[in-house]
Amino acid sequence: MTSPLERSLPASLRATPMLDRWLNVSADGHVVLTPGKVEIGQGILTVLVQICADELDIDPHRVQLQAAGTEHSPNEGVTSGSLSVQDCGMSVRHVAAQTRQLFLAEAARQLDVSVDELSVEDGIICGPGNLSTSYWELAAQIDLARPADPEIASKTIGTRRLAGRSLPRVDVAGKAFGTRPYIHDIVLPGMLHGRVLRAPRPGAKLAALAEFDCAGARLVRDGSFIGVICDSEAAADAALRRLEAAANWVGGYDMPDLHDLTGWLKRQPAETSLVAERNTVDPEPTLSLRRSYFKPYLAHASIAPSCAIAQWRGETLHVISHTQGIFNLRSDLAIVLGAAEEKILVQHADSAGCYGHNGADDVALDAALLARAVPGHPVRVRWSRADELAASPLGAAMAIDVGAQVSAAGEIQHWHHEIWSNGYVARPGRGDTPALLAAFDLAQPFPLYIAQDPPLAGGGGAQRNAVPLYEFPSWRIVKHRLLTMPLRTSSIRALGAFGNVFAIESFLDELAIELDQDPLALRLRYLADERACAVLERVAAMADWGKSVVSDGRGRGLAFARYKNSSAYCAVVAEVDVNEEPRACQLWIAVDVGETINPDGVINQIEGGAIQATSWSLKEQVTYDEQGVTSRSWESYPILRFSEIPAVSVEIIDRPELPAVGAGEAAQGPVAAALANAIYNALGVRVRKLPLTREHIIEAME
Amino acid sequence: MSDKPSQNPARESHGLIVNGQSYTFDDASQANLLDLLRNRLGLMASRFGCGEGLCGACRVLVDGQPMPACDTPLWSIAGRAVTTVEGLGTVSQPHPIQTALIAEQAMQCGYCISGIIVSAAALLQKNADPDEAEIRAALDPNLCRCGAHNRMVRAVMRAAAAIRSANETP
Repeated sequence: MTSPLERSLPASLRATPMLDRWLNVSADGHVVLTPGKVEIGQGILTVLVQICADELDIDPHRVQLQAAGTEHSPNEGVTSGSLSVQDCGMSVRHVAAQTRQLFLAEAARQLDVSVDELSVEDGIICGPGNLSTSYWELAAQIDLARPADPEIASKTIGTRRLAGRSLPRVDVAGKAFGTRPYIHDIVLPGMLHGRVLRAPRPGAKLAALAEFDCAGARLVRDGSFIGVICDSEAAADAALRRLEAAANWVGGYDMPDLHDLTGWLKRQPAETSLVAERNTVDPEPTLSLRRSYFKPYLAHASIAPSCAIAQWRGETLHVISHTQGIFNLRSDLAIVLGAAEEKILVQHADSAGCYGHNGADDVALDAALLARAVPGHPVRVRWSRADELAASPLGAAMAIDVGAQVSAAGEIQHWHHEIWSNGYVARPGRGDTPALLAAFDLAQPFPLYIAQDPPLAGGGGAQRNAVPLYEFPSWRIVKHRLLTMPLRTSSIRALGAFGNVFAIESFLDELAIELDQDPLALRLRYLADERACAVLERVAAMADWGKSVVSDGRGRGLAFARYKNSSAYCAVVAEVDVNEEPRACQLWIAVDVGETINPDGVINQIEGGAIQATSWSLKEQVTYDEQGVTSRSWESYPILRFSEIPAVSVEIIDRPELPAVGAGEAAQGPVAAALANAIYNALGVRVRKLPLTREHIIEAME
Repeated sequence: MSDKPSQNPARESHGLIVNGQSYTFDDASQANLLDLLRNRLGLMASRFGCGEGLCGACRVLVDGQPMPACDTPLWSIAGRAVTTVEGLGTVSQPHPIQTALIAEQAMQCGYCISGIIVSAAALLQKNADPDEAEIRAALDPNLCRCGAHNRMVRAVMRAAAAIRSANETP
């Protein structure tokens, strides 16, 4: 039985129901928001300001945001999974609605009128005649230390003034003038600079350290964790180079098969689970197809290397971090450092774009371990580009087999989807042992945390989007989660949905060709969900699907997914040019995120996600040899450049009456499949192996 | 370092102009330009991205030419004039590129944007009416991971139009 409270409050507010943990009204004319979700480049802060200002009827500039911190913010877990709008945004909407009601009730009492006679204009509460007061005048008299009331209703759609408008982002101007600080820019009194030397090969141990010139550097070593602290960045970089020359590493994990990663994935010890099953029928197929798809390891490749600042004062540790989950990081730090959680304060600060579980948490432990050697001094640790690309968790490589059985009448009767992959979640704060990199290297090491997958109900990991949204009468979805993990994997944008949607939507294209059907018509035939059909029909209209003439050497492909089968709908048409290395020329995208609070924010996220997915699909794969990851610079891990960027047009199907969901991850999978399908359309060659390079096209032709 | 001491550039004193102000340095042995800007002059808009001159996040103008600051030793630019984003425009006197980037909401995380501003400003200095391909070519040394490229290209076009229109006004 769920109580009414559990039924009607957004998830984050259920976990932290006290209003004053979210919002406070100040007498000087401001509302201070203290959300637990964090800005990672996606623009969530602007959406929160917009929602709050809308509900309270105040000018958006009156809303001040306080960066998340374990001392004052609600525990909203991790900023991930495209959940910030639906969890945090809807919590803020509810808190602001209740705050408004509390203030209006008090105003009505003091002005001796009924609440219905009151209106609010930029915080001024007006009654009949000249009666008025304001949020700011009443601020001191209203105690927000009270729980959220699930009976409170927020504004009706028609009365919202800001929702549906493209409010400019609150952070953009500061970034354009270079004045809004990133974590790398924070300078604290007495601050020192740390660098950590990472084993070149994962799992290697520090066997010996030759003579090391300590000049100006303090050496910190705990088992195979080794680093230096200096009083300047330049000195720390120089000391790190000397340390690298002095360090001698032995052992390390056996790297995956260089020449046959798919075979390696299928040979590993694994935990096999049935993801989903529907009506195992026993059809008499006339056509039985089974195809194997592949997605390589991917790097986050954020433009800024991970960075953290840590400072010990007695038993208390203060950490500044660009983590996605301040509380989760805190709990893992507590395990590793043997400290009480209450003695650790984690404060969020901005960094460059974050597209999943990158090195942010790892570098926070690095900083805490180094800073322990210099009590009282803040120590800032910044990773190198090489460590950012090679030591951060990676997106897992996946082998995916998809099969179907088709009746004589051309009906898909049974669908099969099987995945071999490492898990997609090795985030801190989830297990009994820590998931932070340095923890595995200490003299008293913690065991390597093998990446897991949450159940589908929690979004899933490798199996995210493995269950088709199409109404096939029967299916069986199986997953093999690897129990070995020589290359550390965790969450990267869209998790398994990128590989699974690439496989499903490529395979549907193959079926359409086998059955001599239009790929759009085939999809529509098996989709019962009207919103799914609507985005497909919209994108077909945008691209003039099936009607426009595509020039020689070019091709077009179509793909669709509903992210997590429960979030945003996204359909994509891609046009590629295959005259040389495959190039994306144009992407047409139709998206439905339910209520669209900030249309330009949604377009920016979809467009950005699509361009990143184009880069993943056409160019990216982590490379390695027996000695570890070899893609350690922008030369060995190239990403899409300005001259390679496709034109992108995005249209939103707005549904103001339906719940708002996130847009950040919806485009990833459909873009990959649309590009592969477009390459087939251009060349008649089916490339089932990402990235879609000329080399893989030639391999597919053989 | 087997060179004769007299030829060791690190031992020499170097002058540099940064955003119009003169500085003299005599301990250039280890310092690169980015370290000087960020850690000694407190000019934080130029970002560290890779340290290898491959991502563009640290780009600055040296005598009007865009260069990566992260792998530029101070001795190699002695006597020259460096302009950073702080020197290109401020909130009260924005560079047209900055105004246009804000108007187009042309970024997400913004970490690459300083380098983009520098590359674009250099382009518009020598080409007042660039076409899209010229803009993309000028920005090719700059990496953006969030996928805001097309917005940035539109912003450069908008800035170019604004500069032309300002120049036409007598």
